[in-house]
Amino acid sequence: MKLEQNPWFSIVTKPEQINQQTLWQKMHVDVPLLFGITLLTAIGLIILYSAGGKDMHFLMRQVGRFALAYGIMFGLAQVPPSSFYRWAPWIFGFGTIMLIAVLIIGDIGKGAQRWLDIGIIRFQPSEILKVAIPMFIAWFLHDKVLPPSFSVILICAAIIGVPVLLTAKQPDLGTALMLAFTGISVLFLSGFSWRLMILMAAAIGGVLPLVWSHMHDYQRQRVLTFLNPERDPLGAGYHIIQSKIAIGSGGTFGKGWLNGTQSHLHFLPEHATDFIFAVAGEEFGIIGACIILAVYLFIVLRGMYIAIRAQDTFTRLLAGGISLTFFFSIFVNIGMVIGILPVVGLPLPLISYGGTSMLTVMASFGILMSIQTHRKLVSK
Amino acid sequence: MAKRFTLNNPDKEKRQFQRRAIISVIIVLALVAAVIFRLEYLQIQQHARYTNLSQKNQQTVLPLAPTRGLIYDRNGVLLASNTPVFSLELIPHRVEDLKKTIAELQTMITISDEDIEAFHKQLNQRHRYDAIPLKIKLNQEEVARFYVNQSRFPGVVIRAQLIRTYPYADAMVDVLGFVGRINERDLMHVNMTNYGATNYIGKVGIEKFYEDELHGITGYEWVETDAGGRTMRVLQNEPPIAGKDMYLTIDSGLQLEAKKALGNEQGAIVAIQPQTGEVLAMVSNPTYDPNLFVNGMPSTIYTQLRNDPSQPLFNRAIRGQYPLASTIKPFLALGGLITKTTTPEFRIKDPGYVKLYNHTYRDWRKGGHGIVNLNRAIVISCDTYFYLLAMRMGITRMGTILRQFGFGEDTGLDIGEELPGLIPSPKWKKRKMGQSWYLGDTLISGIGQGYMLTTPIQLAVATTGLANRGARYQPHLLKKTISAKGTQTSTKPTTLSPVVASKKNWGEIIRGMHGVMTHGTGRKFGFPKQYTVAGKTGTGQVFSTHGVKVDTKNLPKHLRDHSMFIAFAPVDNPKIAIAVVVEHSPGTATKIARDVIDYWLIREKHL
Repeated sequence: MKLEQNPWFSIVTKPEQINQQTLWQKMHVDVPLLFGITLLTAIGLIILYSAGGKDMHFLMRQVGRFALAYGIMFGLAQVPPSSFYRWAPWIFGFGTIMLIAVLIIGDIGKGAQRWLDIGIIRFQPSEILKVAIPMFIAWFLHDKVLPPSFSVILICAAIIGVPVLLTAKQPDLGTALMLAFTGISVLFLSGFSWRLMILMAAAIGGVLPLVWSHMHDYQRQRVLTFLNPERDPLGAGYHIIQSKIAIGSGGTFGKGWLNGTQSHLHFLPEHATDFIFAVAGEEFGIIGACIILAVYLFIVLRGMYIAIRAQDTFTRLLAGGISLTFFFSIFVNIGMVIGILPVVGLPLPLISYGGTSMLTVMASFGILMSIQTHRKLVSK
Repeated sequence: MAKRFTLNNPDKEKRQFQRRAIISVIIVLALVAAVIFRLEYLQIQQHARYTNLSQKNQQTVLPLAPTRGLIYDRNGVLLASNTPVFSLELIPHRVEDLKKTIAELQTMITISDEDIEAFHKQLNQRHRYDAIPLKIKLNQEEVARFYVNQSRFPGVVIRAQLIRTYPYADAMVDVLGFVGRINERDLMHVNMTNYGATNYIGKVGIEKFYEDELHGITGYEWVETDAGGRTMRVLQNEPPIAGKDMYLTIDSGLQLEAKKALGNEQGAIVAIQPQTGEVLAMVSNPTYDPNLFVNGMPSTIYTQLRNDPSQPLFNRAIRGQYPLASTIKPFLALGGLITKTTTPEFRIKDPGYVKLYNHTYRDWRKGGHGIVNLNRAIVISCDTYFYLLAMRMGITRMGTILRQFGFGEDTGLDIGEELPGLIPSPKWKKRKMGQSWYLGDTLISGIGQGYMLTTPIQLAVATTGLANRGARYQPHLLKKTISAKGTQTSTKPTTLSPVVASKKNWGEIIRGMHGVMTHGTGRKFGFPKQYTVAGKTGTGQVFSTHGVKVDTKNLPKHLRDHSMFIAFAPVDNPKIAIAVVVEHSPGTATKIARDVIDYWLIREKHL
């Protein structure tokens, strides 16, 4: 059965629209994706205005970043996927070299080396790899027989392993896990056999104690505090406890916009960055939180749809990897804020205040749009 | 077979991908469901609990500092006050254009470049919601000018704070002491809950001794706060109760006069009202400005104060320990009469020295005083007479009479910090130095030298004992307190065990002391027409010459003798008893005492 005939997908896009060149398609814009992103941007700015203490200046800086990010997204949407295919190894190589550079000359930021100052801007090379890894794995698997053989998987593991270890060494465990997941998700989509997956999971489980013994003290603290936040209510557990209080006290409808006491009275730390979802939960209640989740889910599903509709292995895997990575970063952040995952210090994409992660997320949406709109006309 | 694996099969791969994509979507949906379940648990099931916690977060009990009690002198002259200090503060978050606001403020209030620099330094370090001081200590005019224009400056506030000030600065510090910023060590001695809002605590003097009364009772306020503890709204409050106002026995006029009389000399003056034990003046010189200690001072100034060889930080009036010198003589003379080791009639022929074994103990006057009885011995301060008296009494009986007058232990003055002085005994010497007591030790004790030590306050208290013919009262500085509600509590004189002697014996001693002033060693005092006075001079040896008198004028200043003087006046109905100690300046104490007594009896008409 052709996918276009599948009634499940026909709800989203009518088959007859596929080969029609609309104005949007000529501009290489995927309308549903743009709709989701714009909706999310608007919601994000509304929450940020409240979380930032009604500071217009603060908000305008985020708007400025969005303007740049939208530009990058539309720009990349114009680039045909074949170019990404050619660039993939170079981007990956560049990103990996930058990671090494950070380790050697990186600034000390927040007790860890994550930032690279290249004159005009300071940026995190690990962010590039969030796109570069799925791109490179997809490139590598493009002409391989799928499902990938064991040796191909081993090569992929090595490709993923290098940047992951470099990032973990910074040390930025959260981002390292993100990058590992990014690569694994592409492998999973490529048809990585279940048997091998279970075997490898078991192997990783065996290695965990070794990882624990190599972790930094603050990372161990975070894991221990995650398991029992009450053990240190004024220290490490304070974030989680205050975040849960913020969300829990929001109730069904929330305390109302600009009325969140937890954030406005500064009980909730980092309420404009990593813990901004707690502000949303406090001010808009479970209804508001679910609306945000729904918009995120819509974007992820649209991304998966684009992946399924993609015409070759490279674009399929790339679009799928991007979408799952996006979802994973949402889940890790929200999971942390609601106290079901450890505090790893990752931002909530497109809502948290801040720079580099927004740029990479929007760049990856640009790639999705490119994949969706540069379609070869194929007859049915 | 192998060939099959090397071939790409696009359709199969696409189907494979679709299967995996759908599995991924299912996992995504499952995780989203997990998040929603968790949200339901937190926001619906546990909502009440977290609402409660959120409110607890915001509500705090804030302690409110009570106003510290004021201190007045006996006539109601303010000695320690609480001055409101106004500071101009900016809340950056609420100020739209910082530069413009500061420029406009400058048109009304003088703000120096240093103020602005300090402000910007703090601006970078502190939260945008915090009030940051732009200028501390505005004058009244500036405050008024700001309030008129306040509406033009959103986010700019004036904050009032009460700061302890001592208008008499260095003249009262030896009595009042001062308050300073509370530290961890202070907190160990106070009830923590009552000091929750207090920044200052009495560090020395009256401020320390009466800390509990002066401090007052802390109030409470239940408020809504933010995480930084800043008050958002007051929910309920219990006002603080101000500390008690204190009226001291000190007469500020007399105190200033005493300080002026000392001039540049190092020393101390204590003046007491004999019938009550009220301390009228207590001066140690040189002193320091206690206002410096209230808010802290540059360490250079503190180091300078500490290392000053004239020791301004040292309260000589209660902690300076000096030999009694010849001021011991009236006390010993009375002891001699009581113990019958001498009589008014007993006479000696003074050759100017006493020879004991191979050692010669000299009189201050070469060649001696000729025939000397008790009266003459006091009047001309005959050392030889008292060497012999001391030998006859022995150190133990000498100690007994001195202790009856309060020597050798602190007087219990309500300021604390006193040093006890010293009455030596054979036992003390054995314990302290591991040496036996020699008769020579007794001899030189007879003229108040050797190991014997006293403080100016002790000397003054002992003089009141003479003035009262034996009746003694504990010296005190607190005259009365008035609580915040207006309740007055006056200090009743505390009677101490009297020195019992016959009227005839008292008469003999006082006649001697009167003689000192009319035709004896105290003639430098001059002869006041309006009142009679009884006194005794003394010269405290600093540089031991082993009984050999040397011309002290040739000695370097720090080795010169101390000048001592005790007196009370008028003789028959004493209104003031005084002890003066002047360091390294022989012969000066008597004249200084005259100024003080004249002021009290003539200028303030206490005759």
